[in-house]
Amino acid sequence: MTTANTSEPFSETRIVTRRLHERPDDSWTIDGALASGAYDSLRQVLAQGDPSAVQAEATASGLRGRGGANFSTGQKWSFLPKDTFPRYLVVNGDEGEPSTFKDRMLLERDPHQLLEGIVIASYAIQCNLAFIYVRGEFALGHDRLMRAIADARAKGFIGKDIQGSGFDLDVVVHRGAGAYICGEETALLESLEGERGMPRLKPPFPAIEGLYAKPTVVNNVETLSTLPHIVRMGGEEYAKLGMARSTGTRVCALSGHVKRPGNYEVEFGCTFRDIIFGLGGGIRDDNALKFFLPGGASFQWLVEEHLDEPYDMDHAAQKLGTSLGSGAVMVFDETTDPVRVAWRLAKFYSHESCGKCTPCREGTGWVEKILYRILHGYASPEDFEMVCDVADNISPNFMAAPFNQTTLCPLGPSVASPIASLAKYYRDEIIERIAAQQAEVPA
Amino acid sequence: MFTDDNRARARDIVAQYPRARSAIMPLAYLAQDQHGWLPPEAIPEIAEFCGVSAAEVQGTVSFYTMFKRRPCGRLVVSVCTNVTCLVVGGPEILEHLEVKYASDDDVTVEEVECLAACGNAPSMQVNYEFHERLTPEVAEAIVEDYKAGRLAARTVSGTPQ
Ligand SMILES: Cc1cc2nc3c(=O)[nH]c(=O)nc-3n(C[C@H](O)[C@H](O)[C@H](O)COP(=O)(O)O)c2cc1C
Ligand code: SF4
Ligand code: FES
Repeated sequence: MTTANTSEPFSETRIVTRRLHERPDDSWTIDGALASGAYDSLRQVLAQGDPSAVQAEATASGLRGRGGANFSTGQKWSFLPKDTFPRYLVVNGDEGEPSTFKDRMLLERDPHQLLEGIVIASYAIQCNLAFIYVRGEFALGHDRLMRAIADARAKGFIGKDIQGSGFDLDVVVHRGAGAYICGEETALLESLEGERGMPRLKPPFPAIEGLYAKPTVVNNVETLSTLPHIVRMGGEEYAKLGMARSTGTRVCALSGHVKRPGNYEVEFGCTFRDIIFGLGGGIRDDNALKFFLPGGASFQWLVEEHLDEPYDMDHAAQKLGTSLGSGAVMVFDETTDPVRVAWRLAKFYSHESCGKCTPCREGTGWVEKILYRILHGYASPEDFEMVCDVADNISPNFMAAPFNQTTLCPLGPSVASPIASLAKYYRDEIIERIAAQQAEVPA
Repeated sequence: MFTDDNRARARDIVAQYPRARSAIMPLAYLAQDQHGWLPPEAIPEIAEFCGVSAAEVQGTVSFYTMFKRRPCGRLVVSVCTNVTCLVVGGPEILEHLEVKYASDDDVTVEEVECLAACGNAPSMQVNYEFHERLTPEVAEAIVEDYKAGRLAARTVSGTPQ
């Protein structure tokens, strides 16, 4: 069966990606950004002079974090204890979730939009020092960000007495150095403090005890890049976009076996078909779709029958047993061996495990090894049950979603998602495959 | 040992942070840029700037793969084999470059996780400059361009030079 051409063309709703598309040659420069309205929202906020009004707009907008956990931004800010200073804003630009490449684009091609969002957020929560943690590998993004900060400082958008408002904000950029786990917010804080990037036990949450044990808000690059638009449109107007509790737009990083991979900004409430076929042009060579990962590597896979499900955070979590996670959609066609994909994901988690919790440190390695055996024809009949058992030790009742956690952070349990997906869609196939391998082994 | 210029830079970096210890990673990058890798001699000096022991600096830097604690080529070629690259030829590029540069001291080829360049997979970086939509032949030609100086390389930390 082929799934080609079964969708109407579909259009993006460009809000955070508008400038970078409209000004492909200079969107990242101060002149290009100012010519397309950068820092207007900041001026508006400072002229109004009421930090709590900004918080109220953020809450009214229904904005939920775009880093992967989908938590309400306004609510997160409200957890900061009153009257405890200093406090910090920490920007998460560590983007390492497999097949997620939207924050890199926003950093490289619209750093002033991010900076404007950072100053607005800092004003809203009344912090005077913000840190941007940029993934170490993003050399160009880092260069452009440093340049943008210098230019914004020269124009009085960062630094002392911003635009004559009396508000001060300094921004420090901190480069990561090749550790996926540092995207997890408490590991990120450890890394910023000069430690090995190992997650902390929560609570206390960063809002209470974060960077240097001070109240801290950690927000994602895309989340903060959205703020200038929420200010400009008004929170309620923004909330009219999208569906239900998934308001606004999301930059969806589409990759894999599609004709036109890339970043597409879509309104929540469209369907996976709109994204994969309407925007992505469908499967390459008009092959059949085998499966797709709807939100990065860490959540359960979906298949053909889910194409018409709405792209909505709560629907994904409650009805589909998965998550829209980091906003990546990875597509695999009929030529793909699902065991190979699951093995490579397990290898990733095993490599990136920080080693603090035993189920994750040991379990991810075991999952990788067993899948390797199945992949290369060395498996024994009990191996598939064994890999499910290991997954169950890392994430009890591993087929359940959202996953259960026996570990300090969700990295370890994430490896249960590819295993659960194999068990759900390909169990019989895999068991037969192992039996066939057995038959080939001489007695 | 840091050059005088780098000592001045190191002091500025430390001053950016509320606590000196936070400067361990940026100072490790600074030392790596100066030496072409992160040699053991750099560790006590970073420790001194950050007001911690050498063991603490070692503990931190050994966590992060971008700090090269063994000598590496002047070109670090990072080839992605994570799942999107996996299904469109990433492993074949890795193997090709590994074989080609096995005994070339200028070039260190490494396998890396997703580089956030999956929209144009398969992808690699050379000293953290992105190169996308590759084939083994195109990837090799790019490395050759860097070797011959036809492409300007960043440092092995990705700093422009
Ligand atoms: C293993 C792991 C990796 C993560 N990586 C990232 C990342 O690269 N970028 C990011 O913004 N959030 C990442 N997160 C989520 C962060 O912990 C945090 O929820 C987020 O930065 C909060 O910002 P937001 O509310 O604006 O989304 C990761 C979480 C986990 C458990
Ligand atoms: S789950 Fe894994 S990555 Fe997370 S804290 Fe435990 S060992 Fe580290
Ligand atoms: S999977 Fe290779 S760049 Fe993302």
